[in-house]
Amino acid sequence: MLQVRIHGRGGQGVVSAAEMLSVSAFLEGKHAQAVPSFGSERMGAPVVAFCRIDDKEIRLREPVLEPNALIVQDPTLFQAIDVFNGLPDDGYLLINTGRDIAELGIEKAVARLPEGHVCTVPATEIAMKYVKRPLPNAVLLGALSAITGVIKIESVEEAIKSKFPGKIGEANIAAARAAYESTSTKS
Amino acid sequence: MLKQIEGSHGVAEAVGLCRPEVICAYPITPQTHIVEDLGVLVKGGQITDCEFINVESEFAALSVGIGSSAAGARTYTATASQGLLYMAEAVYNASGLGLPIVMTVGNRAIGSPINIWNDQSDSMSMRDAGWIQLFAETNQQAIDVHIQAFKIAETLSMPVMVCVDGFILTHAYERMDVPDQDQVDRFLPPFEPRQVLDPSDPISIGAMVGPEAFTEVRYMEHHKQLQALEIIPEINKEFKEIFGRDSGGLISTYRADDADTLIVTLGSVIGTISEVIDEMRDKGQKIGAVTIRSFRPFPLDEIHEVLKKTQRVVVFEKCLAVGLGGIVASNVRMAHRGLTTPVYTVIGGLGGRPITRKSLNELFEKAMNDDLEETSFLDLKQDVVDHEIDRAEKFNRSGAIAENVLRQIGVVDVAKTS
Repeated sequence: MLQVRIHGRGGQGVVSAAEMLSVSAFLEGKHAQAVPSFGSERMGAPVVAFCRIDDKEIRLREPVLEPNALIVQDPTLFQAIDVFNGLPDDGYLLINTGRDIAELGIEKAVARLPEGHVCTVPATEIAMKYVKRPLPNAVLLGALSAITGVIKIESVEEAIKSKFPGKIGEANIAAARAAYESTSTKS
Repeated sequence: MLKQIEGSHGVAEAVGLCRPEVICAYPITPQTHIVEDLGVLVKGGQITDCEFINVESEFAALSVGIGSSAAGARTYTATASQGLLYMAEAVYNASGLGLPIVMTVGNRAIGSPINIWNDQSDSMSMRDAGWIQLFAETNQQAIDVHIQAFKIAETLSMPVMVCVDGFILTHAYERMDVPDQDQVDRFLPPFEPRQVLDPSDPISIGAMVGPEAFTEVRYMEHHKQLQALEIIPEINKEFKEIFGRDSGGLISTYRADDADTLIVTLGSVIGTISEVIDEMRDKGQKIGAVTIRSFRPFPLDEIHEVLKKTQRVVVFEKCLAVGLGGIVASNVRMAHRGLTTPVYTVIGGLGGRPITRKSLNELFEKAMNDDLEETSFLDLKQDVVDHEIDRAEKFNRSGAIAENVLRQIGVVDVAKTS
């Protein structure tokens, strides 16, 4: 079973990201479970959502405590909460930032992770370019597909289309594809 | 058709397939998405011949539902938590009048202190209100049990409450098999009311009943619930023949046959419990579970049959009878009569506290060594309560307990990361 935890802030589409990731896996014939960490969420407050992907029915209902992959939609969260909680030594880390790891001040925290498992993507910038709105969620799913291969980029695109039909979906698909391609060439 | 959808949306689609004629809607977390999605289905024409009525409160939601059901319309509503409390008077009226309304409760804690997260205190507060209460283990079951609920309700002329764990199920996106309309039509015939308010053939319902007849009317309610003990499994069997799934019935068991230690629970927590049971079974430990799918009527005989084969019983429940211990456990003890094995009550998951494999594993290990108190609380922060008890002993004006406890634990919401 693969477990993903997504951190962000209210308004960034964290819950939608987990949902679209689960739909991507579903489209590939897998079982997937996406759940928000439930709260009376509001704009700007820290938000967490989880997604599990497996070949068999998922019965587990606890929060994702040991994520195989961690998506951080807002790097200011590193100062606010223990984002790395439970991340195993072979985990993946995907951060929405235009800065590098040293500038974020998390060099020590990520040193234990294998090469190629830590990835930064300027997802908000990419979203602004394609979607004209600061919504990094779909972009990061494109990058997740590139670095982990757990889901195909085509499935991500299909999931985005089902969540956001029409022009907004098309713009998000283009943004996710751009992140997928730039992340693939980088690693 | 297989779909990857939110649990609430699955319930809305299932209710829609049952061809409801009146839906009364008032929003309350975590049930809101269900009635919102139903509103979209009615407005979009996927549900036809249905009045979607926005009301001003939960009390109004069920009161309108009582009226529409008495007028012969298949009626649905949904609520949770404080909303269920606010409609309490109507809850008793619906069952007392014998009206086959189906209502979803998206299970949530009850305040004060205010808490929007999951436990099962809300449904349990209405356990003796005369409604049939069915608990879903998964979102697939939530879909299937709603379809069965209309048939059970209309067969007995009695309301049915379908209890679905709030957030854990209602807000989870999962794979669900949503039935076809023709399957549901084959299973669920049009509503033929036992009693109907019809201007062309006027009758009166809801008359005052004095001491000379009240006991008999109440007895009939009890009698119908006892009938339900037979009808619920029959309807589940019919459902299985058409849909190919066993989703309802009175109880289900998991690796219980040769279990020395038997966990008794209800609702979605059986998912995580099953995972823990598998881990422990792999180590050779004989542990299993029984899940109560129908809490009202309470299947005393079926549970007794399972309990009598085991060495010890652990009732795990997401509610608390303050001043007694377990609500579910006190019911299970009725089914345990005549047996001498120990019964332990464990209260967990209150107000949405995560129930983890780790904690359950430790709990079950302790149970197997008979190292449990008769009533205990999973993951209770003992130091915090000890400190608060101490404060209350030392100072007369010790302050508000909720605020004191929050201060001790820290205002930063640790739930966000753990």
